[in-house]
Amino acid sequence: MDDQRPDPDQLLEKVQREEARAARGRLKVFFGACAGVGKTYAMLAAAQGLRAQGADLVVGVAETHGRSETQRLLEGLELLPLRRIDYRGRTLAEFDLDGALARRPQLILVDELAHSNVAGSRHPKRWQDVEELLAAGIGVYTTVNVQHLESLNDVVGQITGIRVRETVPDHVFDEADEVVLVDLPPDELLQRLKEGKVYLPDQAQTAIGNFFRKGNLIALREMSLRRTADRVDAQMRDYRADQAIQQIWQARERIMVCVGPNVGSEQTVRAAARLAASLKTDWLAVYVETPSLQRLPAARRDTVLATLRLAQELGAETATLAGDDLAASVLAYARARNVSKLVVGRSRRRALSRLLDPPLPDRLSDLAGDLDVYVVSRTLEEGKESAAVAPAAGLVLEMGRETHWRGYAWAAAVCAGASLVAAGAQLVFDPANVIMLYLLGVVWVTVRFGRGPGLLASFLSVLAFDLFFVPPALSFSVQDTQYLLTFAVMLTVALIISSLAARLRYQARVATYRERRTNALFDLGKELAGALTTAQIVDIGCRHLRGEFRAKVALLLPDAREQLRPARAGDAQESLREPDLGIAQWVYDHQEPAGVGTHTLPASPALYVPLRAPMRTRGVLALAPDEPRRITLPEQHRLLETFAAQIALALERVHYVEVAQDALVSMESERLRNALLATLSHDLRTPLTAIVGLSSAVLLQLEDAPAAQRALAADLHEEARRMGGMVANLLDMARLQGGNVQLNRQWQTLEEVVGAALRATARTLGTRPVKVSLPDELPLLQFDAVLVERVLVNLLENAAKYTPPASPISVGAEAAGEAVRVWIDDLGPGLAAGMEERIFERFTRGERETTRPGTGLGLALCRAIVEAHGGRIWAENRPGGGARFTFTLPLLEPPAMPEFPEPEESSTRA
Amino acid sequence: MTETKPTVVIVEDDPPIRRFLQAALEREGMIVHEVDTGRSGLTAAATRRPDLVILDLGLPDMEGLEVIRELRTWSQVPIVVLSARTREMEKVAALDAGADDYLTKPFGVPELVARLRAHLRRTQATAGAEGGARVRFGDVTVDLGERRVTKAGGAVRLTPIEYRLLAALIRHAGKVLTHRSLLRDVWGPGHGEHGHYLRIYMAQLRRKLEADPADPKHLLTETGIGYRLEGCMTFERDVLSDDS
Repeated sequence: MDDQRPDPDQLLEKVQREEARAARGRLKVFFGACAGVGKTYAMLAAAQGLRAQGADLVVGVAETHGRSETQRLLEGLELLPLRRIDYRGRTLAEFDLDGALARRPQLILVDELAHSNVAGSRHPKRWQDVEELLAAGIGVYTTVNVQHLESLNDVVGQITGIRVRETVPDHVFDEADEVVLVDLPPDELLQRLKEGKVYLPDQAQTAIGNFFRKGNLIALREMSLRRTADRVDAQMRDYRADQAIQQIWQARERIMVCVGPNVGSEQTVRAAARLAASLKTDWLAVYVETPSLQRLPAARRDTVLATLRLAQELGAETATLAGDDLAASVLAYARARNVSKLVVGRSRRRALSRLLDPPLPDRLSDLAGDLDVYVVSRTLEEGKESAAVAPAAGLVLEMGRETHWRGYAWAAAVCAGASLVAAGAQLVFDPANVIMLYLLGVVWVTVRFGRGPGLLASFLSVLAFDLFFVPPALSFSVQDTQYLLTFAVMLTVALIISSLAARLRYQARVATYRERRTNALFDLGKELAGALTTAQIVDIGCRHLRGEFRAKVALLLPDAREQLRPARAGDAQESLREPDLGIAQWVYDHQEPAGVGTHTLPASPALYVPLRAPMRTRGVLALAPDEPRRITLPEQHRLLETFAAQIALALERVHYVEVAQDALVSMESERLRNALLATLSHDLRTPLTAIVGLSSAVLLQLEDAPAAQRALAADLHEEARRMGGMVANLLDMARLQGGNVQLNRQWQTLEEVVGAALRATARTLGTRPVKVSLPDELPLLQFDAVLVERVLVNLLENAAKYTPPASPISVGAEAAGEAVRVWIDDLGPGLAAGMEERIFERFTRGERETTRPGTGLGLALCRAIVEAHGGRIWAENRPGGGARFTFTLPLLEPPAMPEFPEPEESSTRA
Repeated sequence: MTETKPTVVIVEDDPPIRRFLQAALEREGMIVHEVDTGRSGLTAAATRRPDLVILDLGLPDMEGLEVIRELRTWSQVPIVVLSARTREMEKVAALDAGADDYLTKPFGVPELVARLRAHLRRTQATAGAEGGARVRFGDVTVDLGERRVTKAGGAVRLTPIEYRLLAALIRHAGKVLTHRSLLRDVWGPGHGEHGHYLRIYMAQLRRKLEADPADPKHLLTETGIGYRLEGCMTFERDVLSDDS
């Protein structure tokens, strides 16, 4: 049935995938369980095999670790010199990416895919270098160990007790065209280790010794075998999907993982990534910022940021939500995005607190309904990860933290004020009512300054009330026990109110923040919509970006040769002075962002974002923020991307407006020119007719006059005729170029048109013998006979023009494939080198300064006519001397023929 | 041939052209009447009883085509139209309306005179040679009475259609026949769309009758318009029999 048939979208996707893959270089990964299994050896051996077959390959980097048998395999291979980088006084060698790109071999060997590049390299990781090589169409052989795979990194860490920092995203491995598993049984590996054949770094010998325990090796081997098997399995499933053997994915699953500030959420993300990979689905990672989470210290919030970035690297789409109820926000977002499975980490809390405030997994499973909830355990030792985290950053932008101490001061002041007012009011009201004044103060403080000052105000209020209004006055002791209840209720109410007010305030802030972003976008969009020139767009874009991101901004636009140039912004001092053109050009060529906050050249002080529009990249946006975190936050980053897209769209729009205007102008001038030509040639024709006629009449009347006079009259007549031919060409050209010519295509015999052309040029050709050889079996052709006759006449006249009298001319034709070729040969001087094409341009002639007549329009007209018929015309020198002009006319399905043969009529029949 | 001076009416609005036409034709011994509008042209054709009318198709007061149609309602006088190049449709319409020949501007006096002479001769000749005449062009003779064609003395075998085509051309020798009128003459009405039939038979006819079919001297192509038989002469039977 239908589901057996491949979905056209899928087919298209497959085709596109294959096309993209065809342009990319092929990646082959030599994959091993751990160091020492012989990956580099296997890679070099494979390379030697290819070299023997004559492949163009280069060794980019190969870690032989001084082992002789591996070293030997390098012999005969071309080695790419390493790049020397000065780093803090030391010279370090690093793989030379630019050198490799410049050398452009078919295949390059780049060992140790997981390697981290020396600071100052273009990419922080070697796998990114490899990606760029592949994108440039260069094939790559590389090696990687199982523990370096991002999603298995923590599992390996758990098994072996050693975590490596250098990881490779799984997609690099999964998208490799070929994976070769280099396998060595643990015993043999241990043997090699004993023989000193395995390279071990000097430091941490004991730790590494622990690593190479047999149990570990077996586990690693199993993991690498299984990972390879997974890949093969995925290939098989892809194949089945491609071949439409079976509809495999009934409905698309979508996984969402909740990221929290807790240690171990990184583990949860990895688990979700593995789950998503095994289900072949896309997945989301979300962080919900609640008021309580907002109060966390900056370091822990950075953990969240790092975790989200990890998720992004593992292929997730990330989002930060704001809400006061974690579970409700998560579920609302999950429903909105059609998520089918939720992944959360298990929290470890005491039974009592679980009872009071049920942990997220429990609440989610209560509320989730049809969603599956996966709870992932967290086992890793705490406190280890947060060290890896980058500088302090807040998630939702800073919100008036500087008001803190002022808030507390205000809390005290308000309590003091409330006490004063209450002292006056006490003369009239009950103490119980006086309490309300304090509550009012608490509410105001909370709403104005947030939760902390609100709490302070609550406590101060209770104390002040006790001090001033509960007998005994000016003492904290309480005589009447019923006031204890008053205190308790007052404190509770104050706390609840302050908590509620704080939430309200938070929501209001989030709303304000969102509104600000929406407004910023709206303002930008509105202004860009009104922009009419590129300069205006640059101006508007820079101004808005500067305001929104508090950054120095520059827009770089490509010139005609695709080289980026900084565009002039309105006020130069606010713009980024010296954007790095090299980085910008890279960004433009690769259509990927680079600079701070990205994987490419993160040490650069500025961020470079491509301005991608639907048709093409329109330029690059360079942005140097005062505080880098202004653009590294996911929300801000997205806002920046939206800004960039808006600017790109506006640039594209203006570009097309300019293109359209140019086209309109050129159309208009073309139309005018053709109208002028038509009018001119029409108005020229009437006097020309008179001149031609009159001169010939004069010539006739001078029959008996001296020869000199007759020659004058003959010249006059001849020149007038020539001018007539010129005007005819002009008019034809104008008609053809004006585009309002309807070809009068009829089925014709070439012979007839050649005959007509010869008769029309009989005068011009004079005594030159013309040999016509047209094959009898030449089929009928469909063309406009008047125009093709014009082509032949022009070509014949051209031949006559460049040959001496009595020099022979020949006309020939033959059917050649889809067309009939017609040629005219002469024995003239031939064509000057390089003129073969130029002579068909308007107003070009074979010789520069010459007395030969003609405007050079004739051949241009020939080309226009032939091309209008779907043919081609060209000129060449004949080997034996002279020129040959050839044109083609397309052969079409011939029309129905009259019946042949017809009975012959006898000549004697009456 | 009679030596009376032929009378020609020129209908042309451009004075210089008119002037050189007049000079050239009077030099050829013709009586020339010139007018500059279609209306006065018709009047002149009626009052002067010309042997030939030269008509410019671009006239200020009325369409050249209308002049031809009106003239043809009461006169068979040969009409030669003057027209610009690239106006093939106009020429075809004029020929279909009854014009006999056309000249493309600009043209020289010799070709004009040659054309006019041919038409004047034709009208005088056909007046005397109806029916069983024999004609000759180049080394080809056609006996219209006996439907016999010979080339350089040898018999030529023609198919019925080829013969009908040749006969139609001979009937209007010297006159331009449009594709449409030839198709109607040879195949009958309803074949207006089969222009390629005509071209194929014309090619065959040329192969049989012309020395070089790619450079014909008698069965001429008027590109985009039609065909014309040139150099055709009529002989009395007895004159011809003297030859043979």
